[in-house]
Amino acid sequence: MRLIGSALLVALLSGLSVNAAAPSAIAAGEEVLVERATSGTPGGRLVVALRAEPRTLNPAAAADAPSREVIGRMSGDLIHIDRATQSTESALASQWKRSTDGREYTLSLRKGIRFSDGHAFDADDVVFTFRVLLDERTGAPQRDLLIVGGQPIRVTKIDEYTVKVALSQPYAAAERLFDSIAILPQHLLNDAYEKGAMGQIWSVATPATSIAGLGPYRLKEYVAGQRLVLERNPYYWKIDSTKRRLPYIDELVFLFTGNEDAQVIRFQSGDSDVLSRASADNFAVLARDQAAQRYQLKDLGPSLEYNFLFFNQNDLSGKTLPQVAMKQQWFGDLGFRRAVSRAIDREGIARLVYRGRAVPLWGNVSPGNRLWINTALPRLPRSVSEARAILTSSGFSWRPDGQLLDRQGRPVSFTIVTSSTSAQRTEMATLIQADLKELGMDVQVVPLEFRALVDRVFQSFDYDASILGLGGGDADPNGEMNVWLSTGSNHLWRLGQQKPATPWEAEVDRLMQKQLVTLDYRERKQLFDRVQTIVAEQLPFIFLAAPHILVGARADIGNFQPSVLDHYTLWNVERMFFRPELRTRR
Amino acid sequence: MKRLGLIASVLASLHLLVLLAGFVAPYDPVEQTRTLPFAPPAHLHFVDSRGQFHLRPFVYALVPDSENFESYVEDTTQRFPVQFMVSGSAYNVLPGLESRLHLFGVHAPARVSLLGTDGLGRDVLSRLLHGGRMSIGAGLIATLCALLVGMGLGTLAGFFGGRVDAAVMRLADLFMAVPWLYLLFAVRAALPLHLDTRATFLLLVAVLGIVGWARPARMIRGIVLSARERTFVTAARGFGARAPYLLKRHIVPQTLGVVLTQAGLLVPQYILAEVTLSFLGLGVGEPTPSWGAMLGSLQQYSVLTSYWWMFTPAIALVAVAISYYALTSMVHERMRLAAS
Repeated sequence: MRLIGSALLVALLSGLSVNAAAPSAIAAGEEVLVERATSGTPGGRLVVALRAEPRTLNPAAAADAPSREVIGRMSGDLIHIDRATQSTESALASQWKRSTDGREYTLSLRKGIRFSDGHAFDADDVVFTFRVLLDERTGAPQRDLLIVGGQPIRVTKIDEYTVKVALSQPYAAAERLFDSIAILPQHLLNDAYEKGAMGQIWSVATPATSIAGLGPYRLKEYVAGQRLVLERNPYYWKIDSTKRRLPYIDELVFLFTGNEDAQVIRFQSGDSDVLSRASADNFAVLARDQAAQRYQLKDLGPSLEYNFLFFNQNDLSGKTLPQVAMKQQWFGDLGFRRAVSRAIDREGIARLVYRGRAVPLWGNVSPGNRLWINTALPRLPRSVSEARAILTSSGFSWRPDGQLLDRQGRPVSFTIVTSSTSAQRTEMATLIQADLKELGMDVQVVPLEFRALVDRVFQSFDYDASILGLGGGDADPNGEMNVWLSTGSNHLWRLGQQKPATPWEAEVDRLMQKQLVTLDYRERKQLFDRVQTIVAEQLPFIFLAAPHILVGARADIGNFQPSVLDHYTLWNVERMFFRPELRTRR
Repeated sequence: MKRLGLIASVLASLHLLVLLAGFVAPYDPVEQTRTLPFAPPAHLHFVDSRGQFHLRPFVYALVPDSENFESYVEDTTQRFPVQFMVSGSAYNVLPGLESRLHLFGVHAPARVSLLGTDGLGRDVLSRLLHGGRMSIGAGLIATLCALLVGMGLGTLAGFFGGRVDAAVMRLADLFMAVPWLYLLFAVRAALPLHLDTRATFLLLVAVLGIVGWARPARMIRGIVLSARERTFVTAARGFGARAPYLLKRHIVPQTLGVVLTQAGLLVPQYILAEVTLSFLGLGVGEPTPSWGAMLGSLQQYSVLTSYWWMFTPAIALVAVAISYYALTSMVHERMRLAAS
């Protein structure tokens, strides 16, 4: 049954011709963006398997990855971060200027370009977009990013094609703020906004004619539980070197699968054409199966994601958790954390958990982030004897049977909670368990359902230690503010601080705030280097490894240039095309 | 008759192997050899690379293939003959009694992993044998709990009848309707994290067994119900025998057949329950091996499609279950013959 079902689907999806709207002719005065070194062949249909069904198509409400994956293809931003170079480039704003005090940006918008429904785009749409996103009633996830120095940014219209953005204080790399902020069509959404109904608009079931954006694709059809189909935006504002309007590929089909394994199976069987982020295990399976040469696999090297072990150092005074409170005497002891860090076999984690497709980490910046990594951080190799010496000098001792005892003679024993859906993090915990056994620590590994884990880490604080991963956003340090500021929402080891609990956290606060208002890259780098040094010394997180970004695509896809930044594979979908000379293979 | 003996001895030797896991297994089941993840089962050689025959089987050391991660090549420069009665990692024969004697092994750096290694380089055969302890142990403990409670309540209901019977049987209906998996999820969630995972697991198994009392209780009740109306029981009653004497002398012995066959059916069922629990992450927890925990790694597509030796716990599970079922049906047959 299943076999027939999927065969039917393939037949359906690789239908002979695609009826997409023909690209509209380039109008006089239309300020299109020319992708210089780009050429390709138009036509075809690209199929992508999503892990889950997108919840919404509303850019001002989407928080889940599948929704953002789809919305990203349907919308345009003012200034864009080029995923290949990691630097900013012109998008809907053809150029921009920063005032000398760094508090004002003047953006010139592209003239004569249109939304995917043919309606003209101008400064009113930009002003409308920021009004909507900054309005608390909207509840947009982007809102926090647009608040600089405690004040929302102010966007005002100068003329039809010029806007001014004012910040309450200088803000480093402020132009990066605009990346991935979808500009909304005022003509379609003004009514909903006036009624305070922005949260309810543009569900996946909304008719395609009521949705428009400035991205390379627009909605064509949605089949609940199965797929979502986008078609080319005939008014897209980018053209190639031969003056052909992009994108090349007529249709983009998103299939809904259940999980990563299902995604990989779909790709392996040829049901889908592009695979974003495979696990190392699945990558190995695909690599072995590559004999047919139906697809290309790429290992892009270390991602920006960092995985780490951390101990619960939260203030438990309002809670009744005597077990955890007792253990916090160890967790708060720098010698204890240093000993744990020295005993962990990071190379082993990279080799066994990620099949060699990861780099061991000693700091919060992955080698994938070339601009910001502090390469001077010491990379201390595993040493059980060093770790034991550190424990001895911190007052720990050992029972004759090898069990580690603290100053009061209590056996050192704690639990590491991990997410049961992440086989990798549970494996890491098992390796660490064996490593720490050599120090006489009795460690238990408890995989929990992800929501139960999040509840313990963020709400109840009822846990000893956990392994989590962060990162994967922008390469800029500003993305890390919420982790390192003592008031940050991801300051996981000690949440909800009124004022910094330790002098070094106060110092990190100062450095992070200072880099935020420093405009010179070299000065900022020095400040952020110092943050990395402090964190590596104080070890609130014990960094483990950064996995590589592993992706795949059908062999006949041209301009496939995956990146270590999100979205890894489809970021340049408007430039992708099917190579006709390789096409018969399928 | 011969077949019964054969099945019984197969089952006995399976249990003995598992009981003597420390001795039979060549390695410590939690020892990680981090250079050898997913190493395939060791090849036992008799003929070396120069074509020479050796009476004693030997292995070569495995070295990771430098070009192809996760595949291995044999280093044929040195032979490592399989030794018997060797000294290796320490294990407990009985609680408190430590030994280092292993049935077989090879000298380091070579390793003889007859069933390969798992993703952390742990010997699958050793984990299989030690894991059997946990899985079969879970099956036996849960069965014992179910039968003890079932026998007690079933006998009570059957013997006294009336309101007692009605109450016990309604309770049994209630227990049969309990969705045990969700009950266990709830129990696990309610337990504090710092409890030893092995203790938690045994607790879960006991809960599982206690919840399972209803079915055996019903069968035992039926037997007791008919036994108490038998003429010899009535006669004994007429001679003034009291309830404890009647139960001990005449009634409980009648239920033995049912208890035995129920045990034979319940043990494999509860072993499967352990596998289910561990598969869902409610099991013993790393690094302690159990068959369910070992099979849990097959949830990953890559393991499922790449390493056949990771299926061996399933084979062991099937072998044990079939032996139990075969034994049960033979015992049942024999009892029927004896009764007629």
